Amino acid sequence: MNQAAVPLLLAEGLGKRFGGVQALQDVSFELRAGEIFGLIGPNGAGKTTLFNLLTGIYRPDQGHIRFAGRELGGRKPHEIALAGIARTFQNIRLFAHLTALENVMIGRHGRTRAGVLGAVLRPAWVRAEERAIRDHALQLLDDVGIASRADSLAQHLSYGDQRRLEIARALATQPKLLALDEPAAGMNGAETTELKTLLQRIRGTGVTLLLVEHDMKLVMGLCDRVMVLDYGRKLAEGLPAAVRADPRVVEAYLGAEA
Amino acid sequence: MKRRWTLWIAYALLAAALAALPFLVEQNLGRTWVRTLDFALLYIMLALGLNIVVGYAGLLDLGYIAFYAVGAYAYALLASPHFGIHGPFWALLPLGAMLAALFGALLGAPTLRLRGDYLAIVTLGFGEIVRIFLNNLNAPVNITNGPQGVNLVDPIRLGNWSWGRSQSWLGVEFSSAQLYYYVFLALALLIILASLRLENSRIGRAWEAIREDEVAAAAMGINTRNIKLLAFAMGASFGGVSGGLFASFQGFVSPESFGLMESITVLCMVVLGGMGHIPGVILGALLLTLMPEVLRHTIVPLQKTLFGQVVVDAEAARMLLFGLALIWAMQWRPAGLWPSPTRRRELARRQQPEAGP
Repeated sequence: MNQAAVPLLLAEGLGKRFGGVQALQDVSFELRAGEIFGLIGPNGAGKTTLFNLLTGIYRPDQGHIRFAGRELGGRKPHEIALAGIARTFQNIRLFAHLTALENVMIGRHGRTRAGVLGAVLRPAWVRAEERAIRDHALQLLDDVGIASRADSLAQHLSYGDQRRLEIARALATQPKLLALDEPAAGMNGAETTELKTLLQRIRGTGVTLLLVEHDMKLVMGLCDRVMVLDYGRKLAEGLPAAVRADPRVVEAYLGAEA
Repeated sequence: MKRRWTLWIAYALLAAALAALPFLVEQNLGRTWVRTLDFALLYIMLALGLNIVVGYAGLLDLGYIAFYAVGAYAYALLASPHFGIHGPFWALLPLGAMLAALFGALLGAPTLRLRGDYLAIVTLGFGEIVRIFLNNLNAPVNITNGPQGVNLVDPIRLGNWSWGRSQSWLGVEFSSAQLYYYVFLALALLIILASLRLENSRIGRAWEAIREDEVAAAAMGINTRNIKLLAFAMGASFGGVSGGLFASFQGFVSPESFGLMESITVLCMVVLGGMGHIPGVILGALLLTLMPEVLRHTIVPLQKTLFGQVVVDAEAARMLLFGLALIWAMQWRPAGLWPSPTRRRELARRQQPEAGP
């Protein structure tokens, strides 16, 4: 691997404590631009905590997160989104009563600038911006394969389409890093295969992917590198094949598919 | 092309009808009904302001009338003999709107972390605080003149024209209420236009995103704190405009006009009409201002013919029917009388189980 490249994201010594539970302890890793990085571990290993630290839901007790040259630890979620980290949610969080198109258009918020005065007076540049937002959103819906559902309410989409819509909405923020929290949860085999193709295509556009996932087949088949968490600590990191062969990982996952 | 033509004709007819309305009303129903019409327009503006906070941003605000009060007092204090200041209406109206917007942001700021019931309780408190302040700011320094209120507030003036008395123009006699009607109508149309444009804008979508899911909205790069404050401020500014108009129209303001019941009435207009849907909100405002007047004129005579005496007085009957109407709406039209098409679609879906693909 190209070790010389400056990492896109560098996490050092991350720690997070909830009352008496040390959810995360001294976790360090880096994401390289353009890779698909998998984060796995048994239930309660701290995957979601780490994900929430990276996306600004929690503030780390210890450690630093540097992203594209900036310190992100303790920043608010919207600042992190503007810095270039987009996310999806484990239990889908769409804007349920808005249409699929509107959902994606909202994703353009941070990259556009019309304010109240612009909205009310609607000068030419605002009209042009609105058109651009709409076109961009339609393009993204097309990219993830749900262009035909543009005018359906988000809550009326099928489960798999809702997952796709979340990805399209996240991509609308023009992220450098797309962080996906269990994107394959609840999907059947065919849907998971389609998801894999979609994620590979997204990587092809230059977006780095961070994948928190339970589905080992997806992780092993898709990720360039994998990190394993267990009891809030880093257990292993490396190529999928090597990680899978690691006896400590096998032990942690005993009883699970490994 | 043909559709465009018919659209223009429809607009022209609507404009003519709106222009002729105060004359038709005065001739057929009398002058008090023109005043009622003016109040209906005021409440449309108020309801559209609250609709931004409640309908778009989903922030339940029970103290909204405070901003109406701020607008009304801002104008009344700066255009009455109370301080001996007689500022020009056209400058004070935007000032009142801005002052109300400032109050909106100030009162919104401490509530940012609250949602739902808690937000409702705190905003209710803020509304009452404003009213109580107005009631008590007559000592040690007399600012608001306390419960007596401010009298002899200037009517709208433009050059030699005063909206306070009848004027004739091109041989037509306009009563004061009719003159006010046109100003209110113009401002109501402006507020409708602003609401429509805000709804379909980057800011409007951000408000809806916050209403739907604040965490997801933040993940989209939306600064939820600023966008919420903006909703409070925008909604309040509409309230401030209505307040200034109210003060000049009524010629008198007192804290009594800005009680909790008023906040609830405006909220009912929004909810009954159709939250977040401009035509629905307008319908709600019209219904809830016109119906009580209709009742006032029918309920007493009706009882006299039926029972030979007045059993329930008009005010009590009004509240009774008001309550019944709300219960009916909750049961049968939960999304409001005229909900937005998407909202209606969604409710229709919920009633009939979804067919599998």
